[in-house]
Amino acid sequence: MRSDLLRRIRLAAWIAVALALTGAGVYFLLSRGPDIRTAIGGAARVGGPFDLTAHTGKPFTDQDLVGKPYALFFGFTHCPDVCPTTLLDMTHRLQELQADGDKLRVVFVTVDPEKDTEHLLKEYLKSFDRRIVGLTGTPEQVANTAKVYRAYYRKVPTSGGDYTMDHSALVYLFDAKGSFAGTIAYQESEQSQLAKLKRLLAR
Amino acid sequence: MKSTLCLFFLVTFVGLSQASERDFKVGSIRIVHPWTRQPPAAAKVAGGFMTLTNTGAEGDRLIGGTAIGVGRFEVHEMSMVDGVMKMRQLRAGLELKPGETVVLQPGGYHVMLMEVKTLPKAGVDLKGTLVFEKAGTVEIAYRVEPLGAKSSDGHDHGGTAKSAPKGSGSGSGRGAPTNAQ
Repeated sequence: MRSDLLRRIRLAAWIAVALALTGAGVYFLLSRGPDIRTAIGGAARVGGPFDLTAHTGKPFTDQDLVGKPYALFFGFTHCPDVCPTTLLDMTHRLQELQADGDKLRVVFVTVDPEKDTEHLLKEYLKSFDRRIVGLTGTPEQVANTAKVYRAYYRKVPTSGGDYTMDHSALVYLFDAKGSFAGTIAYQESEQSQLAKLKRLLAR
Repeated sequence: MKSTLCLFFLVTFVGLSQASERDFKVGSIRIVHPWTRQPPAAAKVAGGFMTLTNTGAEGDRLIGGTAIGVGRFEVHEMSMVDGVMKMRQLRAGLELKPGETVVLQPGGYHVMLMEVKTLPKAGVDLKGTLVFEKAGTVEIAYRVEPLGAKSSDGHDHGGTAKSAPKGSGSGSGRGAPTNAQ
């Protein structure tokens, strides 16, 4: 009778230890940057279900990304440097890929849904390749999308009650099956960007 | 003899005017080659870049400015930390120590032209002013480069100048607000 109780206590203790170790392991993996996660897992989960609206006004979810490799990045239109530069880089790379450019989806997700309406995104994207899709939504929908892509963004106050945004400036690459396939960094050379996109399309 | 002297003055004058075509000066502050780029359609912001040199014996600060068709002017510092773009307003302005040259360039220090009502157009100079704490106000003109330009030709920015420190979070909480106009 008593030994049975002891056995149960011991079992419960072991389960607790196992849970704690798993938790610590998961925490350790999640707290690493995307590069390390790819190095460890290869297919670590980046990306997942989201529900947004395209600059065309049509709903756009993760299901719209199925079946084609894609490049996705976060930004906002009140951004003087990184966002227009990345959009223009992607515009040039799409053109350099020539016919293969049609095999790639390029997606720009705003981190500033309060200012970046569908209409503003539509106007803004007129300066870039027409194949680039702009996505916005409610603040909650955008927060959820950033979460599934493990992207970071934060509002930073400036003068006169206005604000600017800090945000992840990496371009995330995914293959046709939706598996995370690496990143392109801000100010990476044009040759390197193109090589990565070609490799992605060849996967 | 007279004609030689004339030629001398002519050459000197042409030489000087070419050197200062895109350079401006106020007090002991030299402003070299201000430039910006045409923003995307419907954009409300543009970054302004230039090289500032304080030739004086006293420190100064870039604290504000204006530009035609622009509602608000701020001085910002951008940095990239672990793939995250961070933007900070330098509320106390951009410090220019005696003898120091500071480069405002993409990815680092820049002036933020905000609430843009008339989009700068590539090839058409954008006129404006800069305000320094001690040197005062000076009229300048930004050369407007095409959308997405990563630099502007015309001047080589030497090797000794300081640009925004990578990964620094400095700039906040240094007193006087930017002279927004």
